[in-house]
Amino acid sequence: MDFSVLRNLISRYCAGEEYWVDSRTVYIGHKEPPPAAEAYIPQRYPDNRIVSSKYTLWNFIPKNLFEQFRRIANFYFLLIFLVQLIIDTPTSPVTSGLPLFFVITVTAIKQGYEDWLRHKADCSINECPVDMVQQGTVVRTQSSKLRVGDVVMVREDETFPCDLILLSSSRGDGTCYVTTTSLDGESSHKTYYAVPDTMAFKTEQEVDSLHATIECEQPQPDLYKFVGRINIYKEREDPIARPLGAENLLLRGATLKNTGHIYAVAIYTGMDTKMALNYQSKSQKRSAVEKSMNAFLIVYLCILISKAVINTVLKYAWQWSADHDEPWYNHRTEIDRERHVVIRAFTDFLAFMVLFNYIIPVSMYVTVEMQKFLGSYFIVWDKDMYDEELGVGAQVNTSDLNEELGQVEYVFTDKTGTLTENNMEFIECCVDGHVYIPHAICNGQILSAASSIDMIDSSPGGYRREHEDLFFRALCLCHTVQVKEEETVDSIKRGIHLGKPTSFYISSSPDEVALVEGMKRLGYTYLRLKDSHMEILNKDDEIERFELLHVLNFDSVRRRMSVIVKSSSGEYLLFCKGADTSIFPRVVSGKVEQVRARVEQNAVEGLRTLCVAYRSLSPAEYEEACHQLSDAKLALKDREQRLAQAYDLIERDFTLLGATAVEDRLQEKAADTIESLQKAGMKVWVLTGDKMETAAATCYASKLFRRSTQILELTKKRTEEQSLHDVLFDLSRTVLRQRSLSGLSVECQDYGLIIDGATLSAVLKPSPESSGSGNYREIFLEISRNCSAVLCCRMAPLQKAQIVKLIKASKEHPITLAIGDGANDVSMILEAHVGIGIMGKEGRQAARNSDYAIPKFKHLKKMLLVHGHFYYIRIAELVQYFFYKNVCFIFPQFLYQFFCGFSQQPLYDTAYLTLYNISFTSLPILLYSLIEKHISIEMLKRDPTLYRDVAKNALLRWPVFLYWTCLGLFNACIFFFGAYFLFDNTTFTSNGQLMTTNTQMMFGNWTFGTLVFTVLVFTVTLKLALDTHHWTWINHFVVWGSLLFYVIFSLLWGGIIWPFLNYQRMYYVFMQMLSSGPAWLGIILLITISLLPDVVKKVLCRTLWPTATERAQRVRADGVHEGSVSPATGPDPSPVAGGGGSESDMLCPARTCEGERGGEGVRAARTYDSMMSHNPNHLLSQPLDHAPSDGH
Amino acid sequence: MMASNYNAKEEDGHQPAAIGHGGAGTVKNKKPDNTAFKQQRLPAWQPILTAGTVLPAFFVIGLIFIPIGIGLFVTSNNIKELEVTSQLIVPCYNCSQSYSWNSTKPCTCSVPFSLDQPFESNVFMYYGLSNFYQNHRRYVKSRDDSQLNGDKASLKSPSKECEPYRTSDEKPIAPCGAIANSLFNDTLELYYIDPNGSRTAIPLVKKGIAWWTDKHVKFRNPGGNDNLTVVFQGTSKPVNWRKSVYELDPSDPDNNGFINEDFIVWMRTAALPTFRKLYRIIHKKPNMTPTLPLGRYILEVTYNYPVRSFEGRKRMILSTISWMGGKNPFLGIAYITVGSVCFFLGIVLLIIHHKYGNRNHSADIRS
Repeated sequence: MDFSVLRNLISRYCAGEEYWVDSRTVYIGHKEPPPAAEAYIPQRYPDNRIVSSKYTLWNFIPKNLFEQFRRIANFYFLLIFLVQLIIDTPTSPVTSGLPLFFVITVTAIKQGYEDWLRHKADCSINECPVDMVQQGTVVRTQSSKLRVGDVVMVREDETFPCDLILLSSSRGDGTCYVTTTSLDGESSHKTYYAVPDTMAFKTEQEVDSLHATIECEQPQPDLYKFVGRINIYKEREDPIARPLGAENLLLRGATLKNTGHIYAVAIYTGMDTKMALNYQSKSQKRSAVEKSMNAFLIVYLCILISKAVINTVLKYAWQWSADHDEPWYNHRTEIDRERHVVIRAFTDFLAFMVLFNYIIPVSMYVTVEMQKFLGSYFIVWDKDMYDEELGVGAQVNTSDLNEELGQVEYVFTDKTGTLTENNMEFIECCVDGHVYIPHAICNGQILSAASSIDMIDSSPGGYRREHEDLFFRALCLCHTVQVKEEETVDSIKRGIHLGKPTSFYISSSPDEVALVEGMKRLGYTYLRLKDSHMEILNKDDEIERFELLHVLNFDSVRRRMSVIVKSSSGEYLLFCKGADTSIFPRVVSGKVEQVRARVEQNAVEGLRTLCVAYRSLSPAEYEEACHQLSDAKLALKDREQRLAQAYDLIERDFTLLGATAVEDRLQEKAADTIESLQKAGMKVWVLTGDKMETAAATCYASKLFRRSTQILELTKKRTEEQSLHDVLFDLSRTVLRQRSLSGLSVECQDYGLIIDGATLSAVLKPSPESSGSGNYREIFLEISRNCSAVLCCRMAPLQKAQIVKLIKASKEHPITLAIGDGANDVSMILEAHVGIGIMGKEGRQAARNSDYAIPKFKHLKKMLLVHGHFYYIRIAELVQYFFYKNVCFIFPQFLYQFFCGFSQQPLYDTAYLTLYNISFTSLPILLYSLIEKHISIEMLKRDPTLYRDVAKNALLRWPVFLYWTCLGLFNACIFFFGAYFLFDNTTFTSNGQLMTTNTQMMFGNWTFGTLVFTVLVFTVTLKLALDTHHWTWINHFVVWGSLLFYVIFSLLWGGIIWPFLNYQRMYYVFMQMLSSGPAWLGIILLITISLLPDVVKKVLCRTLWPTATERAQRVRADGVHEGSVSPATGPDPSPVAGGGGSESDMLCPARTCEGERGGEGVRAARTYDSMMSHNPNHLLSQPLDHAPSDGH
Repeated sequence: MMASNYNAKEEDGHQPAAIGHGGAGTVKNKKPDNTAFKQQRLPAWQPILTAGTVLPAFFVIGLIFIPIGIGLFVTSNNIKELEVTSQLIVPCYNCSQSYSWNSTKPCTCSVPFSLDQPFESNVFMYYGLSNFYQNHRRYVKSRDDSQLNGDKASLKSPSKECEPYRTSDEKPIAPCGAIANSLFNDTLELYYIDPNGSRTAIPLVKKGIAWWTDKHVKFRNPGGNDNLTVVFQGTSKPVNWRKSVYELDPSDPDNNGFINEDFIVWMRTAALPTFRKLYRIIHKKPNMTPTLPLGRYILEVTYNYPVRSFEGRKRMILSTISWMGGKNPFLGIAYITVGSVCFFLGIVLLIIHHKYGNRNHSADIRS
């Protein structure tokens, strides 16, 4: 024992400073350790206050302003505003100050409100009462007062106030149950273990007497990783060191279940807790629309600057003659005259910038933001994306990407849990090549446990019998399934006897539940884990007890898990189950060939297979293994790595027992969804960690591959025969030949590519010796580009992200979408442009990290085809329209400069300049961008090809942008020159006395501007009205309402001498204008001319070159329904596998087999069954014919 | 962007709080409401611009616009307008050449012209200036509206915008600013030459030429209309004026000072550098004789207003009006053009509609 202390000290001193950075020492109950051990170094940790709010009352205004002005648009307008304040500009600072103030205020209020909510939430959390153990008694205190090292007591159904190490629980075995629903969404109860040396503590006094320190790593955001060590000091004894792992760490936010109370010690508090660390926001994704928007902005900025430059230059050219510069009626002030000409020119340039600055629409940012924020509610509100079973609807985690949903070109989907239900059903097992099939429920009748095992060979030999027993026990023991103990033990037994499954076994892996349940149906029932003894009820209703010694947990690298148990006869046994590839290399005996054949056959049929093996350990071997494991577990550094090494050493020399097959059903409408996505022009890639055969079968079932699809393989098997180089060139030749031929042949050959993880990394690996490494990448991309579907199997999570990255970086820069449900999909979800999480059975990690979360894969169809399409056309119109309306707005001002001596005279009144974007034209477009539906939801769903119409940012490409800009310029010219001709060579006059008609007088420049502005507001609003395809009452209200508002405002603005204004230039201008007949006629005329070209263009395009969308609209307009709408829709989408489950139960007898020789019969029967269950179109016959031939 | 993002994450984060307080009972039914709005199924009118639907609109527009245009054109043509460009006439040219600010003796010139048609109804007499930038920014803002509205404080200290026409001789200028300073001050008189050679002065009415609201609300003399001389004590006349503001029309207190109509008309700055402003009205005579019978006339100009320095031109225009204002061929022509274009487009669309309209239905299958 001396030795361990020494080791401790050495390790401590050797580690030096780094040690202090990497770990922390916690003194339980703030008690100093015995002086011999080490010096007591009080450390300061944050208190347990959670601060999620960004601002306090005091720093809100400066901090918020700072944050807001960091945004480039706001900063730009701030600059303009400052310029206006400093120099003598044509427009008053109000014109840009007010909109800026408005924008800033609205944003500040929104953020302030959000922060207030956060403060409130923080407060309620921080004031939450907590029971703390102090001097042997329980003291109630506030959660925020908790400090590291405090011992707390948590009762059932309470939430943990901070990250805690479990010391003892009211349950005798030192375990407690916890749900982490609020952390990762997994509703299953997880078991956590107390430190063995303290688990006996039952009272506060006992707990208080504990003298120990905990050393652990500094806080990390990973919820599932924790390494630490507890040193327990006893009287005059050396401290005992025990390893601590994630199984001892209770996380803040999790809830205690099924356990009376626990004692635990706080180790991470407040912002150090793993939950708080997980708040940190991910890198922000930007949508393609936003990028186009910024590009357009730059163009407009260039236009703005060039306009200002042109005008400044022209101004000085024009002013060359003194009579123009300073005619006798219009002298400069002395100060102005004395200024240097360069300064004057610069001031003029700035003044022109200010005059034209509205061409960069300030309100566009606000409107876009509001549109995205409010628009995302339609996803949340959509009842079609609500899942009754789970009780959840779609979730929007970021609204920035709404329109990106309409731009997806590549869909990367996970298989398990995404395409399939992740609802595992035990199908069969095979022991040494003999197949066992349970049939628990037949024709609604529950068969007794004894008769529920069907042996294919009824004459088991001794050896066989032994293996069979071992196999079933292995499956009963080798798992991490828990039994949910809601009722008493008796009722559990009864429940299990009655064969009612599901509600009793809980595990993080549905495969395991399926296996344990399958075993139950075969007669071996796992009862519970009690005092580290696993109890099994065997076929003969006897209870067998095995002591559980070690669990070698599953991880995705090893792809297997093991347990070491000690049987009642004192034998040490290691049971291992895992993927065939990870088991077979470690097997030394057993009927490998038979099992392998069966496994492959099952895999071809799309079943998930696991192999089971065992190894019997001698006590000496066990000791050694034990030693290795505890060594590794005790390690503070590189624990993962050392554990993996230990596992590798222990898990070897197996005897193969057999294999299992579990079926994972396709999700409801998965095939239909995939078909729709493909028709919509998206390329669907399946990325899975599963075996190639299983994955390929799923692909066929989900219609990703069709019967006609020619499969190209890029797998390890093939690259072993040929070099990667040759294979790649072979494939690309095949694909390219097809492409050159396809010009001639009508039928286009469909290619599907299968690639596995090993080959992929070879393709991607930048090998220095081969010059063609970059080439491989290109060739691979070239091949995959020509394939309609790609299946990547045997993928590690990081490889999934690599693939996404590869496609993202390819030269077309396609928009990618990744969808998945598990933790292994998180990396690709974060990598893809749009990440979608499925709220599936594997926890909510994917959903939490995604941009959008949906309950089922089938909801993707509506999400993309309907919502994505809508959002895209909405925002595209929003962006284009905003630029358009500001061109219309500002270009007349530019033209006016030519007629006012380039003097920066504004055409419009200040009020109009200010309110144009804020109130006269803002609401209609906002509303349009929220509720426009250019085509019905049904039509979009029925005809996925419509999605192609908006693909590749179709509505925001440069030609379209140019069209809008030209339209804007044209309209601006019409407004200006129309008014010009009305004013110039004729007497465009008014009757100055509103009531009588005996005089006639002239209009001034403000009437001119008002006339242009009136035409402008009406034209721009009516242009939007022309673009609106969906006129609800709200549209009518807003469109006509905003025009009415303009008129009323103008009447009011000109109707009163406003005391706060120092000018009255608008007084009665609007009324006088309206009292003039020619003004009316002129307004009507100009509006008509302005709208005419757009209408003609629309009609001509629609008639001569209609897009699919326009045709579909027509169909609706002509009242044609159903059928013949889209030939692409093909046969009626099948009555998908809704009733599949019950059907297969009914068909159960077909599965009972006659004997071993009937192997083929089994297969045929099951094939039929699976066809019925998830493939109504009988396409599954394809993989049966096809896949095996691929295998060779 | 950031905010909503952050917010969404916070909801996630604060879930534990809700659970901590409300326990398991907080799991509420989150099923979305099945309302038409939330499901985006509001009943709506869904118009589509197809050739078929737009066709009638085009024809209708054509059919409405062409008659309006013809009407406007005819009306405009019936309006009689005569423009006299004074500078082209030698005596006035001389006046303009010899103009100096200091001359005390006004230069007068007379311009003969003749009407070959009688002007029947009320005739409006305008003066026109060209190349005069009344819309120059420095010029437009160079006024003080509150001073013109009779505000006494502004009278004594005019707005800074009036610079450099704000003060003269340390005294505030009333009315201040460049606009007021450059008031058009030529005097125009019209004489009819009888066939027997005698000159008859034509009565020119100088009231009723400004906007009613301007005259009665926007422009006010400080302290009402009584004794303007006293009111304007301590102010200076605009530098280019020959007389003070309260001497603009001493004969009529309702037309003097700031509410002088010639002044008000001038103060409404023109939109374009070539403009005309109403000068006088020649009222229709009660008997049946035309307002201005055909024959020879003489325009007597008292030349006070220099335009030569900025290459300006002066004109005098006589015009009658109609229901649609003054002579305005543009509007009529534009209406006729647009109407015809619409009609033509209608025909084109009709052809296209017939030729391609049906093809579209069959074209569905092609895609």
